[in-house]
Amino acid sequence: MAGVADRRAAAAARHRLLPEGRVAGPMPWIIAIMMFLTVLAAAAGLGLGAAVRSMSADLAGRATVQIVEANVEARDALGRRAAQALRGADGVAGVRPVDPATLVDQLRPWLGEEASSGDLPIPALIDVTLTPGGADAKVERLRRLMAGLSPKIRVEPHAAFLLPLAGLLSALGWLAAGIVLLMALATGAVVVLAARGAHDSHRGTIEVLHLMGATDVQTARLFQRRIALDAMLGSLLGFVVAACVILLLGGRLIATGSDLLGAVRLPWSGWAVLAALPLGGVLLAMLAARWTVLRSLGRLL
Amino acid sequence: MRLARLRGPGFTAGRPLCHGCMSGAEGSARAPVFTIMSAIVQFENVGLRYGLDSETLSDVSFSLHGGGFYFLTGASGAGKTSLLKLLYLAQRPSRGVIRLFGEDVVTLPRKRLPGFRRRIGVVFQDFRLVPHLSVYDNIALPLRVAGMEEAEVDAPVSEMLNWVGLGDRGQARPATLSGGEQQRVAIARAVIARPEILVADEPTGNVDADMASRLMTLFEALNRLGTTVVVATHDLPLMGQVTGAQMMRLDKGRLADPTGALRYPPRSRGSA
Repeated sequence: MAGVADRRAAAAARHRLLPEGRVAGPMPWIIAIMMFLTVLAAAAGLGLGAAVRSMSADLAGRATVQIVEANVEARDALGRRAAQALRGADGVAGVRPVDPATLVDQLRPWLGEEASSGDLPIPALIDVTLTPGGADAKVERLRRLMAGLSPKIRVEPHAAFLLPLAGLLSALGWLAAGIVLLMALATGAVVVLAARGAHDSHRGTIEVLHLMGATDVQTARLFQRRIALDAMLGSLLGFVVAACVILLLGGRLIATGSDLLGAVRLPWSGWAVLAALPLGGVLLAMLAARWTVLRSLGRLL
Repeated sequence: MRLARLRGPGFTAGRPLCHGCMSGAEGSARAPVFTIMSAIVQFENVGLRYGLDSETLSDVSFSLHGGGFYFLTGASGAGKTSLLKLLYLAQRPSRGVIRLFGEDVVTLPRKRLPGFRRRIGVVFQDFRLVPHLSVYDNIALPLRVAGMEEAEVDAPVSEMLNWVGLGDRGQARPATLSGGEQQRVAIARAVIARPEILVADEPTGNVDADMASRLMTLFEALNRLGTTVVVATHDLPLMGQVTGAQMMRLDKGRLADPTGALRYPPRSRGSA
């Protein structure tokens, strides 16, 4: 117990060497703002990344077979033959002919009542779910299979429809990653400036410590600790506010009921990454402070 | 880090911390015990130049022996403070060799200098007390820098506070002290870790004659315990107070006597 008390007393004495001014200065608030933006950017990147992966997994394993035949009886007969052939094909996990009535309902907003009149030829559709892996090769095999049945049957992989969207989401994800990197650099720069400022304002104390035989590392530790505390406070504040914003936005996205927007979700692993950001921020701040102070002290004899 | 760390290479082994035996009256009443040991400071043709100006110090050569008491005097601008800065390792010379405790500190790697600085106590001309620390914490600073256990800090600091007559001002901030009190805090801070060399730059410049005399008695008492004392001062009567002290006089950056320290005993040690 005496040892613990002594260590505490020693720590308190060390901490008194630099006047305490936490939260009063701008540092914690600047770091809080930067951490808030960093966490949001990281959450966007992780959410979009998850959406792209989910979309890619879904789309890569699915295709639509279209039977483009104006004659209704011929179309229905061709549809049945195509479905039968697909069910027996390798690499096909599921075959689901789309109900023509459902198709008409989906087209009605664009085509009006004409869609259900029967005068307008609407292709028959069959949703095909492929077994995992090698989607491109399987789609190609299905194309050859369907071409053997009729030239009026087309096989369209879903990935082809939404490839540009997936590309956009992926680009946005990389942009978010870039923003996180820039924010980390900016945070480091802010800490360097703050450490320089603190070093300049405590130059007298530092020189006295230096001339008493304090090593550079001993002096740097004083600044490291102080800046780590500021960074910890700022990082936690920024993280908590950002987490609230993410939860609110997540609720709004789910409320849209959109499959596409619903795919933008943050997995638990994503939350773990976000939670690591404040720790990373504190570590970055400590290293930047240490580097700055050691560099400044290096100019003294 | 324990007290043992206070004793770097060259620290006198087994020398007890004996702050209580440094009271001025006791020190002056005691029979003088000056044991002059081998040279612990050697300057050889040292020159110091700031920027492109002419040399502030030129061809300075002298030796200080362990246990000696030295005054450094000279007109304002003669280079006293610059010489002391070289001595307490705040500055590197532009040329020449400086040996401290037998090692050439000019070429010594920078990382080894803190160990040497811990063996030198400095009383700055402007005190340089840390304004946001209490008197107690200011005096404790060298011990904490040296890594002394916190439980061991209190006794010597309290004793030192009493020694300089500030026992009841431990929690005061330096700004609330008079010039003389600040001076005494600076002296207490300089000597608390029992340095082998005590360097004082105009230590009596801010105090009245009575206090100056008392401070000099304190330095003398410390010197009797084996600390080499170097005091820069203009005050000739004060120099006369310390029997057996030696004087170095600087004139325009050069030692007035090129052979080194001049013996300047206004009264011989025995006739004090």
